[in-house]
Formats: sequence, structure tokens, C-alpha cells
Amino acid sequence: MNRIRFYLALWMAKLAVLTMSILKYNGTNFPGQLAIKICPEFLRYIGKPKEIIGITGTNGKTSVANMVVDSLKQDEVYPLNNSFGSNIHTGIATALLKECNIFGKSKKELAVLEIDERAMPLIMPYITPKIMAVTNLFRDSMKRNAHPEYIAGILEKYISDDALMILNGDDVISSQLKKKNKRVYFGIESLPTDLQKSINIINDARICPKCHHELKYTNVRYHHIGRCICESCGFKSPELDFMGVKVDFDAKKLSVSYKGEIYELPQNSGGIHNAYNTLCVATILSSMGYDLTRISELLKTVSVVESRFSKEKCGPVTVANQMAKENNAVGSSRAFDYISSLPGEKELILMMNCLGDQEHWSENTCWLYDCDFEFLNKDDIKQIIVTGPRGRDYHLRLLLAGVAEEKITWIENEIDAPDALKYTPGESIYIFYGTDSLALGNRVMEKTKEIARRRG
Amino acid sequence: MNVEILFPEVANLYGELSNIRFMFGKTNHRLINTHLEDIPAFAESAPDFIYMGAMSENAQELAINRLLPYKNRLKELINQGTFILLTGNAGDVFLNEIVDKENNIKLNGLGIVDGITERRMMKRHNSLYLGNTDMEGIEKKKIVAFKSQFTRTAYSDSYSPLFTTIRGYGRGLKPGSDEGVRINNLMITELLGPLLILNPFFTEGVLGCMVECEPKLPYFDVAVDVYNKRVEEFSQPDRGFTY
Repeated sequence: MNRIRFYLALWMAKLAVLTMSILKYNGTNFPGQLAIKICPEFLRYIGKPKEIIGITGTNGKTSVANMVVDSLKQDEVYPLNNSFGSNIHTGIATALLKECNIFGKSKKELAVLEIDERAMPLIMPYITPKIMAVTNLFRDSMKRNAHPEYIAGILEKYISDDALMILNGDDVISSQLKKKNKRVYFGIESLPTDLQKSINIINDARICPKCHHELKYTNVRYHHIGRCICESCGFKSPELDFMGVKVDFDAKKLSVSYKGEIYELPQNSGGIHNAYNTLCVATILSSMGYDLTRISELLKTVSVVESRFSKEKCGPVTVANQMAKENNAVGSSRAFDYISSLPGEKELILMMNCLGDQEHWSENTCWLYDCDFEFLNKDDIKQIIVTGPRGRDYHLRLLLAGVAEEKITWIENEIDAPDALKYTPGESIYIFYGTDSLALGNRVMEKTKEIARRRG
Repeated sequence: MNVEILFPEVANLYGELSNIRFMFGKTNHRLINTHLEDIPAFAESAPDFIYMGAMSENAQELAINRLLPYKNRLKELINQGTFILLTGNAGDVFLNEIVDKENNIKLNGLGIVDGITERRMMKRHNSLYLGNTDMEGIEKKKIVAFKSQFTRTAYSDSYSPLFTTIRGYGRGLKPGSDEGVRINNLMITELLGPLLILNPFFTEGVLGCMVECEPKLPYFDVAVDVYNKRVEEFSQPDRGFTY
């Protein structure tokens, strides 16, 4: 009976794929949703590639998965992947059914799957990655993910005991996962910019996971990412297999030490979090059998997808978008830190409103007080426009972060925000929006560019 | 004023420590951060205000173990009328028991407040909250906040609530039930926001009970704007309340 349901689900879903392809709706999960609706155990029966690489974690998993897929394509390897769909069970189902024949047998030998950490209970009973990479674990949406210990518990329970774990050795939380599994650690030895204490509001690894005494950090990059030691019981960050030894964002190079040799990898995107993404990608590819020299070649033309960060010179100013995931305090803090550290005068538009929530409920704004708006309290940030349903909340949060009242402008509707910018020649304008406000964010950016060009 | 924050290294989820920064942002105060390894300041003196915020389930166990030797002292302070605010799941620590049937966990709490909470780790509750405060000495104003939790708590019926509910889920996550507990100046609530930032009139009222001069909060006018907008939103009859 289950098999009959499966074939019915498969064929209906394949018909949906065909129909949507004709209608040019390719990026949705509908086929997978339909398949799972008809056959709840669809993921059990659908054919899977022999080798599956799973990529999960709070931040960076989309970038890492895309970079791995793009690197493989450079080598004429075209893995099954879910880069155009979602990373929950319906997205995985959609990706799998698109690449199988009408009998449900997979046409691919290799899959690279980005897997949502919270959706693991619905996915991992049926999908068994041979290699499982965890980029990091941070606080994410409190509504869904609660706190990192909770997510770590889910990963611990659902990741196979046989998976090769690729772990961030500079993350005390995720580096402790699946202790009995074979593992490879990536990380960064030390950087000139390292701190000895986290300056972020969120640091979810302040106490030793073994004895609960205070952890001493020797090298902090951001939040709890860095090298630490417990002076009470001797616990310390693990030895790194893939160790970043030098990051030069100007020269776009990342030097890596592996088995006693130093290799140079391209580092096409700025921000230390992107250096970790590159290290994670290199570690995955190495675990798949690529040597570091080849990995360096493959990574040359690979960069972060444009929807996350892009900039363009328009008239007298530069206009850029910056992805700042709503409900994700760490993601927004990283974005604020990165943009505020760039040279030159700036104006910002903050519109990371969770529009989906606003339509039906009201956005839970607790995350604003986990997020480091304090990074925006800088002299070269000349104006911050706060807008959208939660614009007033941003206003209060910025004031409590020490930003001067006269720098903050509240505009009710997002689309009107570009009209309030000053377009001072030479400055950069950054528009912060999340996945939920992507379409509206793009419209605001286009309008900003249009006005800027007219001023030019 | 002496303000003691209990276990800020772990009891700091959901931006909750900002409650303190907002409430005491314009008051001369001495902030005492009591870490898990420290002897609490309240053990030897009587702070004017004690705060503990939301934390992970493992941290709840650590907090219980660290506070257990001071159980009688905490009872004494409550009877003396010391202001104590516990938000999110911090109040669970003061209960008789925390039970997680799915994972076969039964944890004894401090037993200061008569009640039991049940965790359902795969069933997180998320909702909006609209209520009223009826505390003496505090202007009656609406309360707006959020709930985001794994637990359902059953308190003894004998306790006064901290808030009465207009719409949303109070004790035991029952629709319309009263929210939280008030015993003298011990205030326990599951509401998040941070509660004190989202409700400047309530915060001003509580602060006014503690200070002799007129209470002042930072950026009060802007906080009131934010509050009014949220009260208006939460009062709309067709607004969804459960995520």
C-alpha cells in the first residue's frame, strides 16, 4: 500500500514539476509538498544518490552549499542539490524527485544538500549523509530554534553515527557534536584583529561544556567564535586540521595550513564569516578527495550569491544591498559589524521586517535586543532610516545603542525611504533587508539607484 | 540602588538583559553580576532589585543547584518585600518540579513557589499577549508582550497573578487565563519582549515603587510611541495571536 502511495505521489509531483516548468515557476517546494502530502514517507522511498554531502548550521550553510556545488561544476561534476529550493523536508523532496526517473530511481551519484537544522527530525531518518558539515551553531529564530543547545541536541540525535563530521573547531558549541564520529576540524589559528573577550551581546559559550566554569578566550572573532580554554578542567578548543593562518581581504587570499603544507585559497568575499565559509568548503572538498591545489583553482570563480551582498556605483554614490536575516540576531550583527567597518561615509536603510509575521500576527521583536545595533553607532554613519512595520522598534533600539537621535529618521513605508536619503557625493548607501522582505528590498534598492543616477 | 543579576552568563536569552539596561538606564545604581561560581550578593545583603532572565534547560538545572543553598534566604527576602523579577522560563527554577515526560526527566526546583511545569521539547508555543496590570501603586495600563516557550506551568490557585489577560495565553497556556505570579514584590512572568522595554508605563511604575524621586527611563517618549503602536496592533480583533 505504501509503495502504491509512493508511486502516486511521485508521478503527481513529477507532473507538478513539468507544469511548473512550463509556467516558469521553478524555485518552489510545491512538488515536494504535494509528494509528502500524498505519501508522508516519500523521503523513505524516493531514490537517493549513493553519496550525500549534508551541510547544516545556523549561518553560512546556504553560501557553503552553493560554493561546494559551484566548485564541483567547475570540475564538470553536477551534483543533485537544493540550491534553488528550500532546505526543509519539502525542498529536499523536490530536489530528489526532480532527479529521479519515473520509477523513483535517482539519476545522480552525488548530492550536496543544504539541510535546515530544525527540520532534521523530518529529514534525517531517511537521508544519511556520508559527510556532514556543520558551519556553526548560534541563536536563530527564537520561535523555531529556541537556543543553540536545543539545536545541538537535535543534531546530536539525528545525525548518523557513521557520518564524517566536518566541524568548525572555533565554535565551542558545534565542535562538541557527535564526539564518537570521525571528524575534521577547520578554523583559524589567530588573526591580528582577534580580541580576548567577546564584544557581542550574544555569546552562548561563556561556560565550559564539561565543568561549567568560565571559559577563557584567547582569540575571539565574533560572538563565541574563537579559541578558548577552561582553566579549571583543561578543556580547550580542538586542534585544527584545516587551519587558516592568514586572511588578506584586500588581496582576496586565505592561507591555509594542512598537513604541514601552506596553501593559498581565493577569498572572494569580505568579512571573517566568509573566510570560515571558504574553509568549510575547502574541508568538504578535501574530504571528497580533492587536493588543495585543485580546490584553490576551483574556488577562483566562486563567490557568495548576489542576493546576499552586491553593490553598484550609481551617480555620485555607491548603492549596496546587505542581507540581514530577520529574526536572526547573529546574522544581522555580522552584517552591521561588516558594513560599519568599511571605510567611508554611509547612509543606511534598515528594513529587516518580517513581513510574513506582520501580515497575520505581529513580529516577535525580542531579537532586536540580542542584536548588536551598537555597531551602527559610528561617526561615518551619517543617517539611519528606519522603516516598515517595526521601524519604531528599530528607532528605540538604535537610541538605546547610543546612536544620536538626529541621525535616525523614521519613515512609515519602506518604498518612501529612498526619498529621505541625502545622496552625499562619495558616500555609500546600504540597504539591509532579509529573505522575508527580499522583493520589497529589491524595489527599494532599484528606486534608490534611480534617484542616485538622477543626482549624478 | 543595588541591582543584582543572577547568572548573566547563561540567563540571557532573547535580549532579556536589556530589561535591566532600560529600567535602570537613568538611575544611579550599582550593578552586581552574580555568576554561577559566585556567592550571590543577596546571601549577605539585601539588594533593592534581583533579576533573572530566560535560559536554556541545562542552565535551569545549573541555576537550581547554585541557588538551592540559599533557598531560605530567598524566602526571607520575598517575605521582606525585596523586588525580584523572573522572566521567561526563569520562574521555573523557583517551582517544585520541572517535568519532561518525553525525555524522562524530572527535576526538583527550589520549591519556593508552589507549582509544576511540564516541558514539551518538540512543541514550542509562540504567541502574542495583551493584558492589564493591577499592581498597587502602578497606573493601570495595558501590557503587551510575547510568549515563546516549551513549558506549561500549573501554579497553586492561591497566588495573585501578575497580569490579567485580555487576549493571549496566561498560566498553563490556557487562553485568557491570568498571567504569572505575584508574591509580595516577587514578580514571575513568562512574558518576553523584553517586557520592561515594551511596557514603559509598567516599568516606570515598578521603578517608582523602589525610588524616592520621580522615576525616569531612557528615551521614554520613543518607548511610549513603540508601546502605543503595539497596543493598537494587539488590540485589533482580527490579529492572529498564535504563530
